Amino acid sequence: MPDERIYLDYAATTPVDGRVRAAMGPYHSEKFGNPSSLHSFGQETRAALEKAREQVAALIGALPGEIVFTSGGTEADNFALEGIAFANENKGNHIITSAVEHHAVLHCCEFLKKRGCEITVLPVDGSGLVSPEAVAGALTPRTVLVSIMHANNEIGTIEPVAEIAEAIKSRVAGRESRVYFHTDAVQTAGHIPVNVNDLGVDLLAISAHKLYGPKGVGCLYVRKGTRLAPLLHGGAQENNRRASTENVPGIVGFGAAAELARSEMAEESKKLLPLRDKLMNGLLTRIPDVRLNGHPARRLPNNVNVSVKYIEGESMLLNLDLLGIAASSGSACTSGSLDPSHVLMAIGLPHEIAHGSLRFTLGQQTTEAEIDYVLEKLPPVIEKLRAMSPLYPGGKK
Amino acid sequence: MRENFTENRKKVLMAMSGGVDSSVAAALLKEQGHDLIGVTLGLCCGTKAAESGCCSLNAARDAKKIAGQLGFLHYTVNFREDFQRLVIDDFINEYRQGRTPNPCIRCNQLIKFDLLLRKAKELGAGFVATGHYARIVPGHESRVTSRVRDPRPETRRLLKGKDAKKDQSYVLYRLTQEQLAHIMFPLGELTKDKVREKAEELKLPVAEKPESQEICFVEDDDYGRFIRKQAPELVRPGDIVDINGKVVGKHEGIAFYTIGQRKGLGHHRGEPKYVVGIDPARNAVIIGDDKDLLKNELVAGDVTFIAGDWPAAPLDITAKIRYNASEAPATLYPDGRVVFREPRRAVTPGQSVVFYQGEEVIGGGIIS
Repeated sequence: MPDERIYLDYAATTPVDGRVRAAMGPYHSEKFGNPSSLHSFGQETRAALEKAREQVAALIGALPGEIVFTSGGTEADNFALEGIAFANENKGNHIITSAVEHHAVLHCCEFLKKRGCEITVLPVDGSGLVSPEAVAGALTPRTVLVSIMHANNEIGTIEPVAEIAEAIKSRVAGRESRVYFHTDAVQTAGHIPVNVNDLGVDLLAISAHKLYGPKGVGCLYVRKGTRLAPLLHGGAQENNRRASTENVPGIVGFGAAAELARSEMAEESKKLLPLRDKLMNGLLTRIPDVRLNGHPARRLPNNVNVSVKYIEGESMLLNLDLLGIAASSGSACTSGSLDPSHVLMAIGLPHEIAHGSLRFTLGQQTTEAEIDYVLEKLPPVIEKLRAMSPLYPGGKK
Repeated sequence: MRENFTENRKKVLMAMSGGVDSSVAAALLKEQGHDLIGVTLGLCCGTKAAESGCCSLNAARDAKKIAGQLGFLHYTVNFREDFQRLVIDDFINEYRQGRTPNPCIRCNQLIKFDLLLRKAKELGAGFVATGHYARIVPGHESRVTSRVRDPRPETRRLLKGKDAKKDQSYVLYRLTQEQLAHIMFPLGELTKDKVREKAEELKLPVAEKPESQEICFVEDDDYGRFIRKQAPELVRPGDIVDINGKVVGKHEGIAFYTIGQRKGLGHHRGEPKYVVGIDPARNAVIIGDDKDLLKNELVAGDVTFIAGDWPAAPLDITAKIRYNASEAPATLYPDGRVVFREPRRAVTPGQSVVFYQGEEVIGGGIIS
């Protein structure tokens, strides 16, 4: 294993900020009470829980009572989709989503489809954008939910969520039953400004470990008055929305991370943007036959996603890892899934180009020296792999 | 000394299944000071069979644990499309033509070694290592007297594993000199007992993965069901005929029969009947008595020799006609004929015949 390692996979997860860890510290052994207990042990953790709720609410312009803590982003997405579908069965069964959503949304839609829901999966354009007009056009009297992500985790494209909310609103104006609007903000919360009222959403999913908080905790924002069925039953926690003893240390960490993000996000963006652009432009100019995936401007400040023609992302990633550079592939290259990324396919990339994709996501610890190192090391790796590739003109047959 | 050490230190791509053999092989190479990169092959994930097979998610998880314990990086590499194209499609096609294939041989040749060696090159590793029980020795090491010809010093020879019971050289006979020069079999000199001991000593998992002759991508070893599902066009009923060509029954498709099979032939008077031949042109299964299964000779096609070229004159060998068969003395003729000293039972087209001289694998071919 190389001694010096460079982490450029912040979209996968982030390290817990030292200040967050410090905030969580006492809530493991010292302050361990069950927040539902009436005694003093319970009261001190209850107070911490409610403080965290305020901190998270403040990050997204919500009321504390609208935050339901979950086990993470996946649960929050599942909760939004299944919760709305099950609670509004008498109103309708139609859900609209997009082809580039996270699997936490898409697989959940497949699950609901098997149980009688109608699902419309909208296409995206070549940069990954969903069209607000297309959303409005897909609405039917049976539509109960629209779920469009705030920013894409693979290609970094920021969706026109506020415009979509507006388009839905004007289309269903005067209608009796509501069309709820959910957004997966796992990649944006804490990184770019997120305000539930500006976005016009009813539900919004966040995961703590993407914003320097701990793993295993997240939340679903649920606008007041939303009819939502719980996923978990067996207790009155989270205002009867989610049974289960609260993950107090995790939630305290989430709160601390949210507060830090709120005050430091602008500064982080300012630091990351030029680094992102340096990496993006460096790759595009130094390597022939490379394309940028995702929108060039409406883009997360920390995301670079490129397709390198003629070679496989897997080989590049392994070579980078052996050099100590941690990136990820456009394709969900976990051991479980080896299919080319559904996002890259949705933006119209042919199979073989989608397979040759690399994602770098920058964060707190990223330095210019690290970007320079990547720009120095990657081109020769690509050259070497292309020379061995049977697909490369001039490469080995 | 120090310099020597660095010189011998090699970067090795270690193929790992998470089982005791490849784990111990990895540990041994690590002890010898090599730099390892662990890999587990993703071959046929998505099927139920893959849950326990050598390329399953469990395998990758176990292998990652071992790599972590031994201190090197591990990756799961995707060869799924290649495996489908080079191994599974061929498997089905062979059955279509009335032969009984051995997919493990193709997998070893085309996936485990061809593709892994390419992957090794991509990652800057000079060698691929596996937990096979077999040995590769330089040509000049005269442990074995080859009667093929005087070995050139730069050629490598493939020998059986030291542990006769575990020897896996049968599935490796198609390896080329180019491949052998970049392969390591760290377990070749060891017995299975020693490997287990070593595993215990190093606190590596000793639990045996279910070891069988089962084909990894065929669930429950039910290849009939696999074929029905993957190639329903092979369900094509035809005649069962006796050795004189008289129709004596019906079969549901030649793909469901292999030489020596007794099952699925219906009831016949007298002695038990066996499949003694398959005629794809007539879509017929030929049955006969036990004695009809005995053959004095066979013709090997697509023959390869470890040394590279054909021997000029007839060669005394021992030949193995199936993974589990014992070797039998025979003469190999330059036209590919293998003539046995004693008749062999159920010589099966599509299976490999492997030629040995003592401990050494000379080569082999596909039974025509």
